[in-house]
Amino acid sequence: MIRLGNAATIGLMALSRIAQLIAVILLIATFNFVLVRAAPGDPAQVMAGQSGASDPKLLEDLRKEYGLDKPYVVQLASYLGRVVKLDLGYSYRQRRPVADLVLERLPATLLLTVTAFCLALLIGTTLGALAGLAAGTVLDTVFTVLSLVLYATPVFWLGLMLVLVFSVTLGWLPPFGYETINVKLSPIERALDVAKHLIMPVTSLAAIYLAIYARLMRSSIIEVAQQDFIKTARAKGLTGPSIVFGHMLRNALVPVVTVAGMQAGALVGGAVVIETVFAWPGLGRLTFDALLQRDYPVLLGIFLILSIVVIVLNLLTDLIYKLIDPRMTTGAA
Amino acid sequence: MDAVRSFLRHPSGMVGLVVLLIVVIVAIVAPVAFPVSPWEMVSAPFTPPGEDGLLLGGDTLGRDVAAGVAYGARVSLVIGIASAMAAMVIGVTIGAISGYFGGKVDLVLMRMTELFQTIPAFVLAILLVATFNPSLLTIILTIGAVSWPPLARLTRAEFLRLRNREFVEAALCQGEGTLRIVLGHILPNAISPILVVTSLTVATAILLESALSFMGLGDPNLMSWGFMIGAGRTVIRNAWWMSVFPGLAILITVLAINLFGEGLSDVLNPRVSRRRS
Repeated sequence: MIRLGNAATIGLMALSRIAQLIAVILLIATFNFVLVRAAPGDPAQVMAGQSGASDPKLLEDLRKEYGLDKPYVVQLASYLGRVVKLDLGYSYRQRRPVADLVLERLPATLLLTVTAFCLALLIGTTLGALAGLAAGTVLDTVFTVLSLVLYATPVFWLGLMLVLVFSVTLGWLPPFGYETINVKLSPIERALDVAKHLIMPVTSLAAIYLAIYARLMRSSIIEVAQQDFIKTARAKGLTGPSIVFGHMLRNALVPVVTVAGMQAGALVGGAVVIETVFAWPGLGRLTFDALLQRDYPVLLGIFLILSIVVIVLNLLTDLIYKLIDPRMTTGAA
Repeated sequence: MDAVRSFLRHPSGMVGLVVLLIVVIVAIVAPVAFPVSPWEMVSAPFTPPGEDGLLLGGDTLGRDVAAGVAYGARVSLVIGIASAMAAMVIGVTIGAISGYFGGKVDLVLMRMTELFQTIPAFVLAILLVATFNPSLLTIILTIGAVSWPPLARLTRAEFLRLRNREFVEAALCQGEGTLRIVLGHILPNAISPILVVTSLTVATAILLESALSFMGLGDPNLMSWGFMIGAGRTVIRNAWWMSVFPGLAILITVLAINLFGEGLSDVLNPRVSRRRS
């Protein structure tokens, strides 16, 4: 094996992951293509949606535009060509290109998911580590029961219960939306206003992952604590905190980060439901509206873009993983 | 029988089983306990819990929330169990082929599994149900189609572990066919972890179904917990009971299944990790 520096390894890995990303995007686009053909009704009707299907001229235009009389292979090739150019089709309900609709909603969804992801990882691993270090105590039992309950709670229901308590009953937090409308605010006030609106959606989305990461971190810490290198560290005369921070946390984090990456897809799916609960103006809300109107091109576009988001989140956790995996830094991997 | 006996001594597993049995009984007796359909109006709109003979209150149209919760148990259990079965069939088939044959087949199938595990399953489920129109069957097949990857990976790992054992070689020497070896010899030895993960899949399937029907993608003819919460969402200021009780029903059912599944796991195969992926 050629030994590479850490930076070079990460660079190479990032390159191969980008190649993978492109392959996956094309696969998902192909899947979308097949799905439209597999749907009941002819593809032009599916793309036009319920409202457009009664308009013969629109249907004729669509057939021509998508070359629906040509062989499937030609249709697929031209479709993939469009996707690469970020042309995701046209929403006949909203009378706008799908790419515009999806991309203008993306920042709100990213704000929600990335904040929830980071908080869940940060708080989950901290609580899990505490529970693991205190294994067998009351604190540990409380954490375990709490995470079991959170793990069984539907995210959208948790969101509604937060609204019930913190908006309806206590009146502390705004029940829905992204920001207060019709008020003039300085940039800082506006950021605080958005943050206030963000609290409940993020909490309900992060809760279940927080529980998962906490449980994982707990068992991971317990496992690491029994390993020889910890005993060695103790034998060397290192004390509590320096063992925990210098040796245990980094090792215990590895499996948690692996799972966190695998959970990214579920997190994004959860965001779709949470946005519906809180009228958060992101892709989830767009999904809900598109579903009501059976706006099919928009649904296909959302699926493609959210899949890309998940793969990018995966890439990021992979990078974190390589940075914290102790075997990587010695160059022995 | 040892397994049954040690399960009986597993406290949290038993709690799960007992609660689960209660949910099953509620589902079975729903038509007897609530002879009036949950879609029928039985009182004034927004009847609070306890009034007018409605234990859990009435909804925006004066329908009985308690009847909805009881009938919802049927939908959740049927969809949860049937889609976990579907996921098991898909996952075990793919995992078995992958693990038994190995090589290029394994590589291709595992890449496909990873892809399915990466993409946002819930968004795919929305797309599939919207494409083929929501009905009991399409919802079950859709949830099955997005829930199989963990089962495939588990089955593959078990097959990799078992395929070079002596009893497989003995069967090969006796000239038994591939299908017979896979179904008759390897699968029975891999079945207990598969059953554990399938039972846990029932829980995630129920959560997935509730989210789908919350988004308006439930079977329009069936009263389900997710649909009830969705209907209560906009009136939560006036009628908290419309969304609180169906949600509690989901929480309790899913928690019971998870406790039961983990108890099963501890009893059947202590070596299998409890963490889910």
